[in-house]
Amino acid sequence: MKRNGSEPPAFEKTARSYLNDSQLRRNIGHATRTIREKRKAVVDEMGDWEELREAGRQIKRRVMRHLDRYLLQLESAVEKAGGVVHWAGDARDANRIISDLVRQKGETDVVKVKSITTDEIQLNRALKEEGITALETDLAELIVQMAGDEPSHILVPAIHKNRAEIRELFRDKLGLPGLSDNPEDLADAARLYLRKKFLNAGIGISGGNFAVAETGTVAVVESEGNGRMCTTLPETLITVLGIEKVIPEWRDLEVFMQLLPRSSTAERMNPYNTFWTGVTDGDGPKEFHLVLLDNGRTRVLEDAAARETLHCIRCSACLNVCPVYERTGGHAYHSIYPGPIGAILTPQLRGPEDKSAASLPYASSLCGACYEVCPVKINIPDVLVHLRGKVVDHRKSTGGIKSRMNSEHAGMKLMGRIFRSRSRYERAQKLARTAQGLFVRDGVIPHLPGELSKWTSVRDLKPIPDQTFREWWGERS
Amino acid sequence: MNISLFVTCFNDTLFPETGKATVRLLERLGHTVDFSPEQTCCGQMHYNTGYQEEALPLVRRFTEIFSDAEAVVVPSASCAGMIREFYPRAAERTGDPDLAGAVEQLIPRVYELTQFLVEKLGVENVGAYYPHRVTYHPTCHSLRIIRVGDAPLRLLRNVKGIDLVELPSSEECCGFGGTFAVKNADTSAAILGDKVRHVKGTGAEVCTAADNSCLMHIGGAIQRQRGGVETVHIAEILASTEET
Repeated sequence: MKRNGSEPPAFEKTARSYLNDSQLRRNIGHATRTIREKRKAVVDEMGDWEELREAGRQIKRRVMRHLDRYLLQLESAVEKAGGVVHWAGDARDANRIISDLVRQKGETDVVKVKSITTDEIQLNRALKEEGITALETDLAELIVQMAGDEPSHILVPAIHKNRAEIRELFRDKLGLPGLSDNPEDLADAARLYLRKKFLNAGIGISGGNFAVAETGTVAVVESEGNGRMCTTLPETLITVLGIEKVIPEWRDLEVFMQLLPRSSTAERMNPYNTFWTGVTDGDGPKEFHLVLLDNGRTRVLEDAAARETLHCIRCSACLNVCPVYERTGGHAYHSIYPGPIGAILTPQLRGPEDKSAASLPYASSLCGACYEVCPVKINIPDVLVHLRGKVVDHRKSTGGIKSRMNSEHAGMKLMGRIFRSRSRYERAQKLARTAQGLFVRDGVIPHLPGELSKWTSVRDLKPIPDQTFREWWGERS
Repeated sequence: MNISLFVTCFNDTLFPETGKATVRLLERLGHTVDFSPEQTCCGQMHYNTGYQEEALPLVRRFTEIFSDAEAVVVPSASCAGMIREFYPRAAERTGDPDLAGAVEQLIPRVYELTQFLVEKLGVENVGAYYPHRVTYHPTCHSLRIIRVGDAPLRLLRNVKGIDLVELPSSEECCGFGGTFAVKNADTSAAILGDKVRHVKGTGAEVCTAADNSCLMHIGGAIQRQRGGVETVHIAEILASTEET
């Protein structure tokens, strides 16, 4: 589902159409099951995985406590190494900085490393408006871009497509009528197409997995080598980095370079690990620009109970274990950040007024599978519940009479009142037992009215028995 | 031991047999069970749906009722999880240090039933008899919030006459999630459909768990499909003997 300026609908509204897409269900179900089994195997072989997770969490906590200091340290280290640092308050700032840089170089084409942060700010669209073509060079991002689609997974943007669909796309867009759907042939077709683009590119644009405050080093880890091409071949390199990606010291990489690949691609190490520190004479780009992006992140930082959302290293392990994501896919979240991490990050980045984003904390059964696999131990269920509280509090304070008439709100208020008093509770039990008579058919309740019909649409409800436990207990003693 | 039963509002009203079975089981093992009729609800539904303000009086109420208990036993992993994991955070939210202190004092004495039997009492064979083919669904909150581990399975393996069969993809959620089942009804139904398929695939007559909420969800769908598999709380299996 595309975002085209107007506010997208709530999660539960669009989930239905995705749930009915049998091809999507099969593609994502298969892909997430495969990745999650592989991940488990490479995590289980680590004797100190829990210690690593705890170390990752502690480092990130320190970063968030002293983010101001580490960012200034990063800025000075990057500048000392010959790079230029730009500060972007929001997406518009970042896009303007980048398009100005591209224009100053007189370029009309750029090559891109897969970067969710640039997707977050919709950089490609902004560049297009300035007459600049941004080419995605990661295979999956290229597929998504060619299809005029949007990514549906943090790590595997084209997870919703299978190879038959990709073959059709390449056949049409690259003019290759005889192309097979062999993965090798599909990769070859993309490689040939991309190789020419790399060799002619004047500007490369990347995101970054980590930036070391101590040294000014930026790191990108990847599987295909396209990132290495984009960060070394062009004369100019521009990197967009969310401010939460800074880590204090070089040695902290020891922790994250173990946590990230095992959690994301289920590998012991990524095939390509590129680190660069400013610019180096005669090697790599001559100019390096680092754009540090806020775009709502300091708002997340303000809320101490949800701040850990910023610890995320974008591994996507939580997506692959999520029973909701596995069935709806990523597009139902209406955000570049789908799945459990998206359900906590998106509403915080967008703020309480965004109604679509406010539906996301509810897009979870709170099963806790995400927390269990998170390499930096973000307690996602806990943050989800906290954010639900904020959604309700916001509605209470701004919704007026309409929100108080809302059936959920009224029901919750009433139940709260009932549970606060033994006598009200016992009266309610008796009343419910009598009232259900209207709905019981052959010993079950097959249909209920109003919101509760959503329960009985696929499930029978067992009626309340004749005697409550407390009545039995009272008779017994 | 003097055990205070927190039966939960859900079991009290909808599944009294689970409460009765818990009492029979604990008494059979030689313990005294007490039930305070002042108890109502732990506040989980309110807390998890975002009505935390409404949940706080319930946190306070529970803490006051059970403050002197030697052990509080809860035949619901989910409600036990609410108390053990979320009460401290809820208490913190009130800014009342006395409540926070009382919660901190109380929660080490609050146990989910199977965890209480295996970890606290050190009992794995409760002398039960249940001649049926049974599959066990480890609910999310028993598995990932209060971490009962294999305590329920150890208890079930020692039940005489039982034919215990493994549930495929058992650790996946059933799609209940409290108000999630209504607020995201379509997604919940999709998750539930796969759980039901796995349950029926085992050929079991009975699906059991440490939570009646998840069982009501799974059982409701099986009943709608006339699927022929019953859902039974683990307390009821453990309370069954050759005599009853």
